[in-house]
Order: sequence, then structure tokens, then C-alpha cells
Amino acid sequence: MPKFIPDKVDRRKRIPMREQEAGARAKNFDEVSLGYSEEEAKNEARRCMKCETPMCMEGCPVGVDIPKFVKEIAEGKFDEAGKTLKDKNNLPAICGRVCPQESQCEKMCILGMKWKPLAIGRLERFAADHEKEISKADIKLNGKKVAIVGSGPAGLTAAADLARMGYGVTIFEALHKPGGVLVYGIPEFRLPKAIVEREVDYVKSLGVEVRLNQIVGKTVDVDDLFEQGYAAIFIGSGAGLPSFMRIPGENLNGVYSANEFLTRVNLMRAFRFPEYDTPVKRGKNVAVVGGGNVAMDSARTAKRLGAEHVYLIYRRGEEEMPARREELEHAKEEGIEFKLLMNPTKIIGDEQRQVKAIECVCMELGEADESGRRSPVCKDGSETTLDVDTVIIAIGTSPNPMIAKTTPGLKTGKHGVLEVDGYSFMTSREGVFAGGDIVSGAATVISAMGQAKEAAKAIDEFIKNKSG
Amino acid sequence: MYKIIAKKEIADNTTQYEVEAPDVARKAKPGQFVVIRTDEKGERIPLTIADLNKEKGTVTMVVLSVGKTTKKLAALNEGDCILDIAGPLGNPAEIIDNGTVVCIGGGLGIAPIYPIARELKARGNRVISIIGARSASLLFWEDRLRAVSDELHIVTDDGSKGRKGFAVHPLMELINGGVKVDRVIIVGSAIMMKVTSEATRPHHIKTIVSLNPIMVDGTGMCGSCRVTVGGKTKFTCVDGPEFDGHQVDFDELMSRLKTYASEEKQALETYTHQIEGVPLCLSSSPTK
Repeated sequence: MPKFIPDKVDRRKRIPMREQEAGARAKNFDEVSLGYSEEEAKNEARRCMKCETPMCMEGCPVGVDIPKFVKEIAEGKFDEAGKTLKDKNNLPAICGRVCPQESQCEKMCILGMKWKPLAIGRLERFAADHEKEISKADIKLNGKKVAIVGSGPAGLTAAADLARMGYGVTIFEALHKPGGVLVYGIPEFRLPKAIVEREVDYVKSLGVEVRLNQIVGKTVDVDDLFEQGYAAIFIGSGAGLPSFMRIPGENLNGVYSANEFLTRVNLMRAFRFPEYDTPVKRGKNVAVVGGGNVAMDSARTAKRLGAEHVYLIYRRGEEEMPARREELEHAKEEGIEFKLLMNPTKIIGDEQRQVKAIECVCMELGEADESGRRSPVCKDGSETTLDVDTVIIAIGTSPNPMIAKTTPGLKTGKHGVLEVDGYSFMTSREGVFAGGDIVSGAATVISAMGQAKEAAKAIDEFIKNKSG
Repeated sequence: MYKIIAKKEIADNTTQYEVEAPDVARKAKPGQFVVIRTDEKGERIPLTIADLNKEKGTVTMVVLSVGKTTKKLAALNEGDCILDIAGPLGNPAEIIDNGTVVCIGGGLGIAPIYPIARELKARGNRVISIIGARSASLLFWEDRLRAVSDELHIVTDDGSKGRKGFAVHPLMELINGGVKVDRVIIVGSAIMMKVTSEATRPHHIKTIVSLNPIMVDGTGMCGSCRVTVGGKTKFTCVDGPEFDGHQVDFDELMSRLKTYASEEKQALETYTHQIEGVPLCLSSSPTK
């Protein structure tokens, strides 16, 4: 039993985080959550039970010393809290915003047995945002070089960890901005791009070079990188290939992959067209297909672009939705209309090949499948149509095959993921490591970061063993 | 930043840019393209690589100024920089050996057909080139094409140069005249590629077209460039840009190309207003 010294703190109530009001925020792209004030953060941090065996850390894929940084916040030592976070997590301002805390650290929090768990995510966000200047790490270069493919969560994490170990690290990024899914996928209102830029600047401050417009497999390939003297290569290129449903009408005008829709809006800033040159169709009635975070992001983005009705079509029930609970709640508050237990069967167009409706069938839940979720089954004769002018398909992504196709000796598995050794994250090619969605298929930011951390350790071992 | 080292207007509204992009030049092959972005607020557009110089580390693109982005590009001069160039993207053109190949370049398509014709010639093919445009003032690179072709035919819609008509006419004459054609490669507007591909279908001549749909990333990430080929959805950026002309659903392609017609018009009008002070209500520049 943890020792508990009474300290006159009311632990029953979790401090709420201030948010933009739903009606107002559904019309702008500013961040929904406004974060804690210093006072709010201190009060929330004081709710921590200071367990002797803190379970919360067990729930963190990157092993952040949660009790320590929470204590530092409670004591008002905000800069120190920031440093404690950075010790294990190179991107805390991002994780504080997008991690599914409810199924990780906060799930394990003992307060949650009786009341709401400690708001670890919100405190992480507070400490990370509060850090006034980029903390400098003391680095001794070891003269060895490592190449990183992709500047998303996995790439940035591996790069930062390796740089801190003394490696000369170069990131090769295909797009014109670093950040991967953090810049093209996750919307501004959930993760402001200025925050991503700050975290990237931190990684650069460790000596990491980011080379943009470098498509590995096209501009440069894995063999070229070894020839250029990189001792190891880490592939963190993510799962960027959008899946479509393979139903009639998917190539009509007005049908987007979530990737395209979100890339236009987030990376290319189409919400500020014509000030920015990239356009996006602003649908009046929009159907989003899917039940994950990407579907929520797409639906809420469509709403912000001025849609009157946004329908979220999902083939199972709300319980089964893989989205973060907070996103789901936010989406509902903003007026997204959930069409549950429905599955699209075809998209119907007009003479100009423009979407005018989507046909769906009703589903019911049958036996549990291998993922443990009950699989949906069609109900015969239950077809209905929704009048829509835009359809966004957000049913998942798989790894882009470009690197596997252009790298001899790289083994791939189901859906094109790279096969790696479970311990070392080394692929079938010596010296080539991989982590994140390219290995696991589309998952979360934090799981990609967790794998990248393990891979960075393995890369260090590999290089040390090799050079004796 | 990618520096423009040479810029030349080679036809009406048509400009040739030679740009320093050593990473691209090192790897590029005929038929591939780059995605460029002119400035921080710019969009990403695909441009086919029309020539390259591996020693100098440069690539050459030919651009017709029709919309905001291409007009922004036209406003840049030698010594100025293009913010982003990513590539080479797409699969290289498939080059056969020792055959007879008809290379057809329509309008702006004359530029990308040139390196393909040159490579085919170098690989021992008999190269018959047909270049065409609406009018003589839009034709370019006649000399370049002549230098790598065994035969060169020129057509214009209005007859202002070469013979009056479309590229399909000399092609039909060659086929009907008994020339044994192993392959036809066509680069041009969607409608021209559709009509010309139809002409070779009854003769069972393998016909390759190079598509140029709307793209964003150019690396297989967004699916904006999807096209139906033989009943299956393909991404032009990673599965193409070359496809079997007899299998492509050109009507779908043409309709998808018009997706942003009204936005393109709006962007161009706003831009023209900004740089020339033309009142928004008076500008009625065509978008395509």
C-alpha cells in the first residue's frame, strides 16, 4: 500500500482545460483547447498521489518520468518539468496534445479508480509549452553518421536520440516541410503548426540536419546513403498510402482520400485560399467514411470550411470507434452527425461526374473478429442514400511501397509493412532499421516514437559492435 | 532553393527554364517529372523534365503560362530561385530497342516527348516524330526533334505551319501506307491523346500515353492523380505517368482535370488584380 500523508488537497475533481466554445471554434482553425494557466497546472499536479510504485510510467511507451515532472509542476519549477520531459520525450508539446492518454498513462493512474485520473497529458502540454527557451543538450560528436528517412514522429525521435548519443544525423524528408503526419495530417486546430515547428527546431538544435525535397527511393536510394558514408539508416517513412473502398463512384469529382483533403488544408493551407494558392472543395453536405482520428479530423475540418451537414459514416458503433475519446466528444459538440452501423456501397454522380449522393447499407454487429471488435454484417434490403456533394474516405492508410520497391533485400509483410527483428528493429537488410507506421501499419504518434527510441538504441549498439 | 540559370521564351506564353537541381539531375530519366513550388504560399504542381545536364546538375522544364502558378513562374528571371523542386518522380519512360516508334508531341507535350525520342534513337530505333500545335506561334523545338528523328512531321490546327490538321492524320497515313510501327508514344492534351489512341486501336499497335493529372505530393500519398486504367484505379504519380492508351478512361481524366476550374479562375483573377491592378470585375482571363 502506498504511504499517504494527508495534505489537504481535494483530489476528487480534475481541473478542466479551457476550450474555445463549440459554436465559435467550428468556424475557425485556431486550437480548440487553450491549455492550463500556471495556477490550474499547479492545482492539477497537486492531485498526484505520489505512489511509491507509479503505474502511470508503465503506461508510457517512451518511459517519461511522470511523477517527477508532475511534482516539479506542483512546486512551480516549470522549466525543470520541461527538462524532465525532454529527457525521454523529444516532442512533449506534441504528445501532450495527440497521445491517447486515456488508454496509456492516465489509464494506469490510481486516482482513476475512484475519480478522474490525473490529467497527465494536459500537464505534459503545459510544461512543454511553458519552456521558454530551447534547452541545450551537451553533445560530444563521435564522428559517425546516421541517415533517417522521414521527419515524422518516428524520424524526429530517432534523430534526436541518436544526435544526443553523439551521431551526426541527417533526416531526408520527401515534402517541403518537416514533420510528416504532424504537418500534413493532424489539423491546426488540434496541433498548431507553430508547435510542430518549435519541436522540429529543438531537434535541429541538437545538430540534426533536415534535408527537404528528398524522396528516398527516387532522389536518393538506400545504397547511395551507405555510399555517402552513413553507418546505419533508420526508415520512419510512415503509412502514407491512402486506402480506398473499391466501391463504384470513388473517382468522381468531389471524392477525396482523407490524406488529400487534409494535406490540401493542413500542409498547403487551402483554408486560406486564395491567399495561399492551393484550393480545396468546400462542400455543403459532406460524408466522411471511417471512425478513427483521421475521420474525426476530416469531419471537423469540413465543418470549419463551412459545411452545413457533415455526416460521419462508420460501420460499427460508437464504442468500437478507434478515435481518441476527446476528439469524438469534440466532434459531436461541433455538430458532426454520426451515422453509425452504416457502410457505403456506392457513390452516385451527376452528368458532370460530380458527387451528388452516397448510398449506404445498415449493419449489425456479429461475432468478435481477431481484433476483438465485433465485426459488422450487412442487413439485406437496408439501403439508404444521403445527399452529399463531397465524400472523404478515411478508412486507413498503409505504408508507401516506394522504399521497399527500390531497396534490394528489404522484406515486406502484410499490407507492405517492413519486416523487422522484434528486438533490434533491424530490417532484412544489414544496417537498415525501421520503426513507426512503416513497421506497425497506421497507429499512433506515440507508438511510433516508442519504437523509434528502441531502434535508436539498437542502432547505437549495432554501430559500436561493428566498429569494435 | 533552386536557381534558374537560363530562361527563354520559346513560343507564345511558353517558357523554357533551366534550373540547378543536382539531386534531381543525377537520377532523372526520360519520362519522369518533378513537383515544384514557387514560393511559401504556392501550390505544388507537376512539371515534366524536358531535358537534363548531369555534369552541370541542371534540369530543363517547359511551361505554358495559363494559371496563377505558371504566371508566377514566368515572373521569375535568371538568377531567381524556385523554392522547392522534388524529384525525379514517376517511372521512367519504357524504352524499347531496335524498333520503329512514332513519337507524338502535342502543344506543350513537344517538350517531354523530346528526351524520349532522343533515348529511343540512341537505342537503335527508327524514330518518326510528329509534333503539332494549334498554331505556328505555339510550336517549338522543331530543330531538337529533327536532330533525333529519322522523320519529322509538323501539323498545326490552322495550317500556319506544316500541314493543316491534327497529329492523328500523319499517323494514320504512316500506318495505312504500310509502315510497320511497333509502338506509338503520345504526350499532349487529354483529348488529343484520347483521339490519337483510338486511331491505333483497330491496328493493335501498342500505344503509350503520358498523363498529367492534378497532383499534390507526387509520391503516392494523396491519390489526387488517380485514373482508371483497364478498369482498375491507378495513381499516375507512382504507377505512371505512362499507361496503355487503349486502357485509359480519358473521359474520367478530363473531368477530373476540371475539378478546380472555378478556383483556378478565381486565383488567376485575384493574382492579375494584384500585379496589374486590373479590377476584379473586368478581368476575364481564360484559365486553361
